[in-house]
Amino acid sequence: MVQVKMTVNGKAASGDVEGRTLLVQFLRENLHLTGTHVGCDTSQCGACVVHVNGTAVKACTMLAAEAEGAEVVTIEGVANADGSLNTVQQAFQDHHGLQCGFCTPGMVMTATALLKENPNPTEAEIRDYLEGNICRCTGYHNIVKAIMAAAGQDVSRIAAE
Amino acid sequence: MPKDHGIGASPKRREDLRFLTGNGNYTDDINLYGQTYVHFLRSDVAHGRLNKVDTAAAAAMPGVVRIFTGADFAGVGGLPCGWQVTDKHGQPMQEPGHPVLAQGKVRHVGDPIAAIVAETYEQARDAAEAIVLDIEELPAVIDMKAAVKDGAPKVHDELTSNLCYDWGFVEENKAAVDEAFKSAAHVTTLELVNNRLVANPMEPRVAVGDYNRSTDESTLYTTSQNPHVIRLLMGAFVLGIPEHKLRVVAPDVGGGFGTKIFHYAEEAFCTFAARQLKRPVKWTSTRSEAFMSDAHGRDHVTKIELALDKDNNFTALRTETYANMGAYLSTFAPSVPTWLHGTLMAGNYRTPLIYVNVKAVFTNTVPVDAYRGAGRPEATYQLERVIDKAARELGVDPIKLRRQNFITQFPYATPVAVEYDTGDYVATMDKLEQIADLSGFAARRKASEAKGKLRGLGVNCYIEACGIAPSNLVGQLGARAGLYESATVRVNATGSISVMTGSHSHGQGHETAFPQVIAEMLGIDESMIEIVHGDTAKGPMGMGTYGSRSLAVGGSAMVRATEKIINKAKKIAAHLMEASDADIEVKDGKFHVAGTDKSVAWGDVTLAAYVPHNYPLEDIEPGLEETAFYDPSNFTYPSGAYCCEVEVDPDTGRVTIERFSAADDFGNIINPMIVSGQVHGGIGQGIGQALLEGCVYDDNGQLLTGSYMDYAMPRASDVPFYTVDHSCVTPCTHNPLGVKGCGEAGAIGSPPAVVNAVIDALHSAGKTHVTHIDMPLSPNRVWAAMNA
Repeated sequence: MVQVKMTVNGKAASGDVEGRTLLVQFLRENLHLTGTHVGCDTSQCGACVVHVNGTAVKACTMLAAEAEGAEVVTIEGVANADGSLNTVQQAFQDHHGLQCGFCTPGMVMTATALLKENPNPTEAEIRDYLEGNICRCTGYHNIVKAIMAAAGQDVSRIAAE
Repeated sequence: MPKDHGIGASPKRREDLRFLTGNGNYTDDINLYGQTYVHFLRSDVAHGRLNKVDTAAAAAMPGVVRIFTGADFAGVGGLPCGWQVTDKHGQPMQEPGHPVLAQGKVRHVGDPIAAIVAETYEQARDAAEAIVLDIEELPAVIDMKAAVKDGAPKVHDELTSNLCYDWGFVEENKAAVDEAFKSAAHVTTLELVNNRLVANPMEPRVAVGDYNRSTDESTLYTTSQNPHVIRLLMGAFVLGIPEHKLRVVAPDVGGGFGTKIFHYAEEAFCTFAARQLKRPVKWTSTRSEAFMSDAHGRDHVTKIELALDKDNNFTALRTETYANMGAYLSTFAPSVPTWLHGTLMAGNYRTPLIYVNVKAVFTNTVPVDAYRGAGRPEATYQLERVIDKAARELGVDPIKLRRQNFITQFPYATPVAVEYDTGDYVATMDKLEQIADLSGFAARRKASEAKGKLRGLGVNCYIEACGIAPSNLVGQLGARAGLYESATVRVNATGSISVMTGSHSHGQGHETAFPQVIAEMLGIDESMIEIVHGDTAKGPMGMGTYGSRSLAVGGSAMVRATEKIINKAKKIAAHLMEASDADIEVKDGKFHVAGTDKSVAWGDVTLAAYVPHNYPLEDIEPGLEETAFYDPSNFTYPSGAYCCEVEVDPDTGRVTIERFSAADDFGNIINPMIVSGQVHGGIGQGIGQALLEGCVYDDNGQLLTGSYMDYAMPRASDVPFYTVDHSCVTPCTHNPLGVKGCGEAGAIGSPPAVVNAVIDALHSAGKTHVTHIDMPLSPNRVWAAMNA
């Protein structure tokens, strides 16, 4: 067992983990931050995306020990200070960008990273950026629309509600 | 001006708040005090005799609590099948046993052999590697047609063959159908495969079993679309636990698409082991495990023939289908290729004579059962493909051929035993032509060709039978269950309402949409109404969510219960206002005496029901809580017309979806935003089936597509924005809301449009030798077909 220390959602966090413990396990099992989900075991689905030192990372593809000293942000840490939904979260609700909700935390974290890198992405850029995030419910229509809206684009002319 | 509340409005979903902030409560988020973890050791061969399972070394590994094998389940029932199909000779299907853990033989890769319970998941997995298996590998049967040949290895030694049933429908019509083919002016024949799929809800299955020593009660937390059904099947048929001592909870569930309907071995195991060990037992599937343990979908091999007269009227249809059951009968597997498939073969058309033959076959593969659409996509795909092929052979416009043969009079009794109550197929086709901008296609094709791409347009229609189902009818057809739904409307003293529904929401937004209905009926604010679902301890027996039934059946139960509430509340209001209850009207959250300015507020009536000081106690009981069970009198028949435009790269065979349009008739709509979302998702899955997805076994029964590295799930860049429309409305005539259901339409209606479009693209380049390509239309397959 090794002891790891990191900052998660602005608070100091530490715990004893095995060398093989994944960051996502540490978040879910040690810190009880169950908003970060596990949807696959091959680093494909993106349900576990969190931000590590400001970069979107699949938490199933990083050992907890590798996050020693890092600043980690999970879906539980992204809402506005007053608890209201932030711009990306609100856009997902406004545009029905989620159904079962399981891929949603990863989608929100990935979309947030995209908009940080590219504040005004095209539809094609959004679709490409979501390459590592799988949703089975929405057919992606309202996810892409929500991200465009979060970027401040007019989505009123996108086909159908 | 769109409505902002009640029926027809699109309020933002209330469930989104918890999902967007990481506060969802999925089964894997549940951890119980003293919990143990189970890992299943699964067969890595497709077929073998299980001579010995030596667990001695593994049992001594650190943290191991106990290792279970098939021998531990000798006195426990097998997993039951919920539907018995009768074959064309009047004999019941062959129904093999389905043990919780393998006994004597393993029959598919992934068949569970041993269950290792340990203090941690890692310890359980480590111990599994120390189990020594002696499996005598046997030849596997994978191909369905080979499996039913004489001398083929048998999946189940105790059965006479690998043929589960040979079903003819309608058997009495067969001679007349054959005769019609002899006199046909034209016959079009098509052989096709409806590819095997894996449902792949993003949340893998999870089960947590718990046992309360003080009350002798078992609780199972599970990723289910129908917790009451699991309680009945597992309690009565597997473990022998009476329902009053068994609670099944399905909390937030991360997508279902059919594969979370069924009762699985892991659920029974965790419940059983928790009783044995007197500790909670948790299992969380990995995705790799899901590929070899979740029931798969589709997997039909079909020959379809369409007969037409000299005027291009459809005169007869004949099909022969091999349907894969996999190694065991999953819960509703036998019904999918029969009653959910054969009954839909009339489609939207006046074909007077239809005969459907289905041979269901056991193979050494994962069990196959319902996946979004379940039987209806298979029916739609073959019918709409053969019509397109016929149009090409006859040199007529495929839309015109469809229109010419549309059913236009309703109700319409098909020759395959169902009666469509309403529909307007001309209207949905008209709407489709408009929203898909068919008139602009020629210009778009020219633009694609200028880029060196081929462009094709494909259209199809669909009809589905939803809102399943009339219990007396499905009982005659072999269902071992009723298919009603329940609702309890509990009005609290201060006027808020808890609705306990047997429907289960796993993405469909019931918590938002269902209150819209009750709010409309009572004239109160939606925020006063809470939907409670997914817990057998909280609501009456319910049948759950599948077959696009939640609103049509569950919503109808809710309406009936609310009507009872209104009737009783009117009596209370009449008493409070010293009026006759016949004169009471409900409007805007108040009870009015008709023709007067007297009224009493909703909250005053509800308070009087629970504080009955001034109350007609001699006539009615205190309290305001009503339950209704609704059993539909017919299926509902959503229908629509879909259009896909593709580009094909002639150098690589790569297909891209350029436009996709859907015009649906779902009857009345409660929440248009949610309905559109359901259609989007279905289309996404349909495009996945058509272009990307396919579950592949090698000849030895090894699963080659066992992870997202190999099984191509549709990504955001594989699909376009869709144009969807549900403004064509012919209300259902037999349920109180006039609703038909929208959950499966997209997945049913989209695959043929994609394939029709690709064939059209190839023909535009003179590749007229290509009359069909089997899904998924991978670049490899398309290129090979073009260059054959």
